[in-house]
Amino acid sequence: MQRSIVNSYELRNDFPIFKKKINGNDLVYLDNASTTQKPYSVINSITDFYSNHNSNIHRAVYQLAEEATELYEQSREKIANFINVRPEEIIFTRNTTESINLIAHSWARSNLKKDDVIAITEIEHHSNIVPWQILCQEIGTRLEYVGIDESGFLDVEYLIELISSRKVKLVSISHMSNVLGTIVPIERIIKTAHQNDIPVIVDGAQSVPHMPVDVKNLDCDFLVFSAHKMLGPTGVGVLYAKKEFLEKMKPFMGGGDMIKEVFKFHANYNEVPYKFEAGTPNIADVVGFGAAVEYLEKIGMENIRKHEIYLTEYALESMQSLKYITIYGPMDSKFRGGVISFNIADIHPHDLATIMNDHGIAIRSGHHCAQVLMQRLDVPATSRASFYIYNTKEEIDKFVNAIKEAGRIFKI
Amino acid sequence: MSDDIYREIILDHYRNPRNKGKLENADVTVHDSNPLCGDEIDIHLKVNDGVISDVKFEGKGCAISQASASMLTEMVMGKNLNLVKDLKKEDILENIGLTNLGPARIKCALLSLKVLKVGMIKYYSENDPKSAEQVKNESSPY
Repeated sequence: MQRSIVNSYELRNDFPIFKKKINGNDLVYLDNASTTQKPYSVINSITDFYSNHNSNIHRAVYQLAEEATELYEQSREKIANFINVRPEEIIFTRNTTESINLIAHSWARSNLKKDDVIAITEIEHHSNIVPWQILCQEIGTRLEYVGIDESGFLDVEYLIELISSRKVKLVSISHMSNVLGTIVPIERIIKTAHQNDIPVIVDGAQSVPHMPVDVKNLDCDFLVFSAHKMLGPTGVGVLYAKKEFLEKMKPFMGGGDMIKEVFKFHANYNEVPYKFEAGTPNIADVVGFGAAVEYLEKIGMENIRKHEIYLTEYALESMQSLKYITIYGPMDSKFRGGVISFNIADIHPHDLATIMNDHGIAIRSGHHCAQVLMQRLDVPATSRASFYIYNTKEEIDKFVNAIKEAGRIFKI
Repeated sequence: MSDDIYREIILDHYRNPRNKGKLENADVTVHDSNPLCGDEIDIHLKVNDGVISDVKFEGKGCAISQASASMLTEMVMGKNLNLVKDLKKEDILENIGLTNLGPARIKCALLSLKVLKVGMIKYYSENDPKSAEQVKNESSPY
């Protein structure tokens, strides 16, 4: 096994939270698929904004307002650059969930009609299921699910078949499962969809933070992700959409900043991206998100992906030797992100997580907002460990030892 | 710490639950779940002359929720249904011997009490509407 190119031991010093003790232990944070920790550079950029540049944006002409506007727009440029698109194609939302709801409301509602099929998959997060259910109930579109096999791989052939059936009018698909870690071969799916004139939404909440994602190469029509899963603050999400889509889409919310002119009974809307950013946005946190992207770029997304492959391989190898363990998802780290869901004997994930907490280890337990997938796996819940740049091999040893400790307490 | 939670008695009730299963001809059946954990509990009650003559539960979830449900059925079996209204969260936590749970795990321990209380109110609403409102108002918080 290769050594990782990322020096997590050194990186950890950039994150104040790792000074904290949990039950007398160092914090071992393995819930990165849920949210990530924040480095000083992100925290400081937010403090700096409020201390030195705070004002509203896109409105006033005094110096502070210009500084704030510039910082906000610089973040947009950084993020556009990060996924290789144009700045005006980046819309700031609250989170991935809001981004998908925006597409459902502003694009799908007026471009789809009764009996049109929206293709999604069994690995989707609730945020890529429920908005479509709501739409189906309202306008009579239908949802079709693409399944997974026993190893957690998506049935891509079925999806391709479905796309070619002409019933499908929209594909909305996760790039990486937040439970199984499965990396979906979206390149092929997007290509086939486009051959059939079907737009594709990519849920990049799990992929964009952990691997290089180049939208120009992928050619997806929409990409959604969240700042807080990639070292940034909570409360900021991204909707990328091709400009041709954005220009035709109706506004999501009405209010300030999204308009050009307002009259008594009608209004002319602002140009993109502002048309979709009604009201005062989360300015300081968008600025913080820019700092997060800078931090990630300094390490390099290729290196981050390599580091996670290294950790995932080591963890899978150590975990497989444990008695009564079931690990879900692909076993080859080439096809899997740094997310490992598992169950051990008859220990419920919540009980395991409670025992882990004694050792300062934070793992997620439950259905991970993916109950459709839980039903497919036929389990009420799983435990999940998910990694990021600051996790180390020693932390995985601690995690594996804590599983053994749970086995002792539960007398298995 | 976890050694204090997952004592022999909790593991025993988790792995060998008492009064688990369906109750044919139940007078009342109530279901609830804990959305955070996915714990689920169904409670079936048979009531004769105001007394819980039989009680069974079905469910899935963590050791705390399932052991707590199992112990609760033992606690109320043969008791007057009316007494359920006086049960407080402290009674349950003492009954299962877990008085140090954090806020998230307390919900697991108390899910079965919540279901039982709803069952009691449902029973009175269906069989003795006059007492139903009174029982509802007098019921201890949980």
